[in-house]
Amino acid sequence: MSNRKARGPSRRTVLKSAAAIGAAGSAANWTTALHAQSTRTLKLGLVTPRTGPLAPFAEADGFVVEAMRKLWVNGLAIGGRSYPVEIIVKDSTSNPARAADVAADLILKDKIDLMLVSSTPETTNPVSDQCELEKKPCISTVAPWQPWFFGRGGKPGTGFDYTYHFFWGLEDIIGTFVSMWNSLPTNKMVGGLFPNDGDGNAWGDKTLGFPPVLAKDGYKITDPGRYQNLTADFSAQIQAFRDAKAEILTGVPIPPDFTTFWNQALQKGFRPKIASVGKALLFPASVEALGDNGNGLSTEVWWTPTYPFKSTLTGQSCRELAAAYESATGKQWTQPIGFAHALFEVAADALKRTKDLGQPAAIRDAIAATALDTIVGKVEFGKMPPFKNVAKTPLAGGQWRRSSGKYKYELVIIDNSQAPAIPVADKLKPIT
Amino acid sequence: MANLLDTLLQGTLLGGRYALMAIGLSLAFGVMRLVNVAHGDFIVLAAYLALVTVNALGLHPLSALLIVVPAMAMLGYAVQRGLLNRAIGRDIMPALLITFGLSVIIQNSLLEVFSADSRRLQAGNLSSTGVSFADGISMGWFPLMTLATAALTIGGLEQFFRRSRLGRAFRAVSDDPEIVQLMGYDPRHVHALAMAVAFATVGIAGTFFGIGTIFDPALGPPQLLFAFEAVIIGGMGSLWGTLAGSMVLGIAQAIGFRIDPGWGILFGHAAFLIILAVRPQGLFPRTRDA
Repeated sequence: MSNRKARGPSRRTVLKSAAAIGAAGSAANWTTALHAQSTRTLKLGLVTPRTGPLAPFAEADGFVVEAMRKLWVNGLAIGGRSYPVEIIVKDSTSNPARAADVAADLILKDKIDLMLVSSTPETTNPVSDQCELEKKPCISTVAPWQPWFFGRGGKPGTGFDYTYHFFWGLEDIIGTFVSMWNSLPTNKMVGGLFPNDGDGNAWGDKTLGFPPVLAKDGYKITDPGRYQNLTADFSAQIQAFRDAKAEILTGVPIPPDFTTFWNQALQKGFRPKIASVGKALLFPASVEALGDNGNGLSTEVWWTPTYPFKSTLTGQSCRELAAAYESATGKQWTQPIGFAHALFEVAADALKRTKDLGQPAAIRDAIAATALDTIVGKVEFGKMPPFKNVAKTPLAGGQWRRSSGKYKYELVIIDNSQAPAIPVADKLKPIT
Repeated sequence: MANLLDTLLQGTLLGGRYALMAIGLSLAFGVMRLVNVAHGDFIVLAAYLALVTVNALGLHPLSALLIVVPAMAMLGYAVQRGLLNRAIGRDIMPALLITFGLSVIIQNSLLEVFSADSRRLQAGNLSSTGVSFADGISMGWFPLMTLATAALTIGGLEQFFRRSRLGRAFRAVSDDPEIVQLMGYDPRHVHALAMAVAFATVGIAGTFFGIGTIFDPALGPPQLLFAFEAVIIGGMGSLWGTLAGSMVLGIAQAIGFRIDPGWGILFGHAAFLIILAVRPQGLFPRTRDA
């Protein structure tokens, strides 16, 4: 709250104390009284891929939504009143058409006040488009901003009216990967594994994606072309990478495809020194599924328990939030936890600053004025002209290492070239 | 030249993978005229069954076959006897709808029990080692094993159909379920036994699937698609035809992949459509509809 743009000290003080009471949920009598005053329920719609191939991205949703429901059991305090909050969760089934359908349902049937959407362009884009069409404010996350912005036909300068997005961008991941690769001696030949989906097309794009930036740093990329997701045979790509003597592998395959690729590559004797892969290697389960062959693979890191941030809703540190997840689910922490939590932080903060909750445009204005230190870093719109709808969060590089601890692998931060605030634990080591 | 040979080799191996997946579908199609829409989901279910077995008993995934195959066979018998027998007949729609429902139920139950996490059957070095013949030509041991298993299973089943009494009963019930009763067989029992055999092969396919790639509850339908195409290309009721159909599909895809990775799947579908247009009965049809 402290980073919010000031709107007069008296109002802020009132909000602060109200929020504190709401969060603590201890002043039962007072909140009941507030309930009596306000009959209106604030409805938040959340669309994520709970099932289907993208489901690992939504793995933390159940935990986070449950935590929010507990936190707001007595309502969300806004301007001295407490509003009951209803969170309606819809499953995109990892299908863009279905994502658009459930978004339309949420807007038209459930009459939500604010849309929240997360996890890959296949989810964020159709839902954001639907919101833009229906003039419903929408906060989106967990997709690099380029596929979200350009993938939806966004024009720099004009942008969008109702839809806002916070995450990192391709420039961050390219910068991180190149900085990681520069730390080891290689022949600078890179093999690129780009699927025919929102991410793959953005990463592989000849003008906006990896190729032009890599060329500038002296890397040569071999890109055999876009393939369909859930491909059973990668021998063509493997052959092309081997012909090019690639020592570095990169790309953005979905998890099952990377496993197929990596096994076929090892079967055919292709073992690069470095494999920095987005999307497929984000989750501990995907890396564990590779058995012992997951050691040394590297990936981008959007959030880990070692990030130096705190939640504005619960005051939890990153480590505390991850520990709460592990004890609640019995599973190893996973990167989307932080963003699922931050989505609600940004939403609550915007609603608290909204001048007239009945007006979608007023909620939108509050989102646009967001400047909040969330658990994933600072989310502030308007800092990235000409893209007024985009806010960037920090991105680091990490490497999966065999661990002797409770879980088979741990993600070690090895690069913070794009986000110096993130503490680094070690340097990139070649795959052995 | 090496490139072409490698493409054909990879296509053949890919075909072996599809063949193993398609055997159960082909059997159910051939004997019961039943399109099992849940076929892919049963493969994934078998993979999870193998996973549970491996975790509980600490076995190598291939040893888990000893448990998965009989268990799937029993499941097949139960599903056919308890559910599908009530639906098969002149009209293929009711059975189609029931298996469609089963598909949804299996996917969601697996999701509930095992979550969306990606899983894999750990087979140690088997899944990541291979052999190289010449520069640019190489193959993995595991795909080769998959192909061999598919061919052996099909060979064994063909012998079984030809030589054993029960195998002949399967063929008879396929031709005319009513006449079979005159010969002292209960077609409901015969159908259920045929499904048990089909599901036994699904058990093999599921275990191999789980070793070859990571799986999650949503991966059933894509497996169904390729298995279905392989059966149609090969011709109904012929298991060798299914093997041939799988090879056509695998090689077409491999050639497509070589030209452009985006075209592989398309080439497979194109091969399927061309054969459907030129030879609608498939390459080696055996069953004929009256």
